[in-house]
Amino acid sequence: MKFGIVTFPGSNCDYDAFQAVTDILGEEATYLWHKDHDLQGSDVIILPGGFSYGDYLRAGAIARFSPIMREVAAHAKAGGPVLGICNGFQIACEAGLLPGALMRNSHLQFVSAEVRVRVENSDTMFTNLYDRGEILRMPVAHGDGRYVAPPGVLEELEAEGRVVFRYADADGGINADANPNGSERNIAGIISEAGNVLGMMPHPERACSPLLGSNDGVRLLESILARVAA
Amino acid sequence: MSKFRIAVHITPRKGLLDPQGNAVRDALRTLGFNSVKDVHVGRYIIVETDAYDALTAEDAVSDMCAKLLANPVTEDFEIESAVPA
Repeated sequence: MKFGIVTFPGSNCDYDAFQAVTDILGEEATYLWHKDHDLQGSDVIILPGGFSYGDYLRAGAIARFSPIMREVAAHAKAGGPVLGICNGFQIACEAGLLPGALMRNSHLQFVSAEVRVRVENSDTMFTNLYDRGEILRMPVAHGDGRYVAPPGVLEELEAEGRVVFRYADADGGINADANPNGSERNIAGIISEAGNVLGMMPHPERACSPLLGSNDGVRLLESILARVAA
Repeated sequence: MSKFRIAVHITPRKGLLDPQGNAVRDALRTLGFNSVKDVHVGRYIIVETDAYDALTAEDAVSDMCAKLLANPVTEDFEIESAVPA
């Protein structure tokens, strides 16, 4: 399976994603330059973390107009998997691939830390190798990670099981102390209505080896493999 | 075609948590401005554009706000009257 990893000016987690796919997952990966119009036959698209276009105007606001995003949107519309991590989540929201928006952290500070997330839905193409309720450890590194959406949209996300990850404490408790950025309802990751676009602030690609402190992110990539290859 | 200058005010949507505005409000109170009730921090954008008339220019900027300059989920915008640039 081929993973296409989009490099925007200012992306800085594209290499981490590349290495996770090739070294850990053992699959093929290719970088997709933001000015290109060709997904090069990629089966899965990763929008990586970073600070595309210097976060000018709003995080992700300019990147969504990159030439490659037209092809990414078409890929998503056709049901192709898209994984937006951190800045990639922000871009996916700005592009309308996911509802809501990511705002400045409630405490106004950049947060670089390991967090725990609880798997809220293990019946998605990104989480089918996890157990529902399982607690995962992954790093976050962002200044604009507070997920917000209109109340009606939040209700819809909850009702349809589209809140995939929630910030939690070690015991799985969902509370303000476990919430690193003030996200509504501790939301850390959501999927699109069709289930093929996942956006999340934590970095699974940086939790792919015990050497990095956690390998809880590996099964996310393996889940995609299991579902798409099937 | 004439050249117009249009100013846009973009502010956090009312009712949404505005931590930046709160931080500035608290700093002002610390300085002794105790009567300050609320502060909101937004963006001020100046667009210069060619248009047939002021109304056309304002319509175009309104479209720009909806599509890029403001986030429809989290921000409100107000457009000032177009002035000759």
